[in-house]
Amino acid sequence: MSGRTVIAIKNTQASLSESLSKPPTSDGFSISRKINGFLEWFGGLGMFAWAVLRAGITPPYEWRELIRQFDNIGSMSFPLVALAGAAIGVVISMEARYSLSRFGAKSMFPATLVYSVIQVMGPIMTGLIVSGRVGAGIGAELASMKVSEQIDAIEASAVNPYKFLAATRILACILMLPLLTLAADASGLIAGWFAQNLVEPLSFQQFINSGFHGATFNEFLPPTFKTAVYGLIIGTIACFQGMRTRGGAEGVGRAATNSVVLASLFVILADVVLVKFILMVFP
Amino acid sequence: MATESETAMKDERLQKDESSPVVAVNQLHKIFGSHVVLNGVSLSVNRGETLAVLGRSGTGKSVLLRIIIGLELPDSGSVNIHGQNIVALPLDQMGEIRKKMGFLFQHAALYDSLSVAQNVAFPLEHHRRGMSIAERDDRVKQLLSEVGMDGHLEDMPSDISGGMQKRVGLARALALEPDILLLDEPTAGLDPISSGEIDDLILKLQREHRMASIVVTHDLHSAKTIANRVALLDQGNVVINGNFEELYRSDIAFVKEFLKYSREEVCRE
Repeated sequence: MSGRTVIAIKNTQASLSESLSKPPTSDGFSISRKINGFLEWFGGLGMFAWAVLRAGITPPYEWRELIRQFDNIGSMSFPLVALAGAAIGVVISMEARYSLSRFGAKSMFPATLVYSVIQVMGPIMTGLIVSGRVGAGIGAELASMKVSEQIDAIEASAVNPYKFLAATRILACILMLPLLTLAADASGLIAGWFAQNLVEPLSFQQFINSGFHGATFNEFLPPTFKTAVYGLIIGTIACFQGMRTRGGAEGVGRAATNSVVLASLFVILADVVLVKFILMVFP
Repeated sequence: MATESETAMKDERLQKDESSPVVAVNQLHKIFGSHVVLNGVSLSVNRGETLAVLGRSGTGKSVLLRIIIGLELPDSGSVNIHGQNIVALPLDQMGEIRKKMGFLFQHAALYDSLSVAQNVAFPLEHHRRGMSIAERDDRVKQLLSEVGMDGHLEDMPSDISGGMQKRVGLARALALEPDILLLDEPTAGLDPISSGEIDDLILKLQREHRMASIVVTHDLHSAKTIANRVALLDQGNVVINGNFEELYRSDIAFVKEFLKYSREEVCRE
């Protein structure tokens, strides 16, 4: 299935970033060209996503490659995400202590830290870190495979590259993002409590009881699981950018950069929509 | 190894192919932008026959191979594999057709994250799912032994030379026991000794497997060694399609020019 779809995608797309980077012309057509490029990019992305979905749900499934991607995307991102989560926890802890002290609301510190980390900072920070690490990795890997004809070789071996390369990576991103978010949240809370504990002793038990007092699953699960959408965005954009690359080493670099930039941008935009959606559905 | 039903189907196909072309392309046209790459190309290859496609760079030789295996679509024309036009074939059936073909890419296109043995095992893992791991390993060793790479099973593609990569690419192309072998510049970029070794290897494999082969090359010397027939492309057209005698006897100016420079190249080598 893939050969023709790849061709169709190749023939009908112009990269968003390429079109945006073209110098403006005075002929009055530059704006319409940019809009065309933007729409073509979205059209190509839609066709790509449809091709991946169709290939991904058709057996036989690529379990081995999927497990390899769980490791690549999940396990290997874990230290970075946990470290960044800890740093964010410490920063929030210091800022919150200072701000809450000014208003005489120091007792609110545990809840402030818990809600800030789990509802806001943990998910978006994990999304952005994975965009950088995994987005660049997938974009560069697939682009390199594309320019060295390895993707063509996969197709020539009668293996669907949408299933083998893209579906596995996208699914691994979708499943790993919520788990990585939990890891970031946990390390953020522990590091934040530890930072507070150094200044003003507070037992971990007290911190947890006070922080989660009156909290419901509806307040914490949706922000964590919304990161599956970030995973979908990161995986799809990185695979799309990688598999449509042209032009040697420069193309590989461009694919990696575009994957990170576009995935990060769309993760932030998705966050706006998802926060509003969650507030509406889980008021 | 192939299953019994696959073997029976293959035997039936081969009997039929003795009399009819295994690969037949008719009136292929392909244009990239304003550049006409193929302008009504028609060729055919029978079982056990090797066709060398010669021509200058950019005359569409590699595009022709890519169209035959379905990596590119022609603008018009047909590609018949075992009598079935694959241009109009539904996408999921294209995979079945590709299983009958082996393709050696110009730069081998080995998967750089997999070892030599894993590269050769790749098609088997996907299309011989009933094969046990031990059977698959034996088959990989046998294939690598056929191409003289049995001592390099665990090497990574980046650790072996260009000639060795081509050998591994050839072993991978033969993994599913194809009826059709497509070779894109098998000797390009290799020194004369490695080129000769690859030619001898292709010749040996041809004798053993009796596939229908199409070899795209610039190298007339190599083409003469491995092919029974030759097609010369110029500006998207087939100017010669016959045996090498016809090529040498031709009065066409382009053919004479091509032969003149090819001979000089052979002499330089």
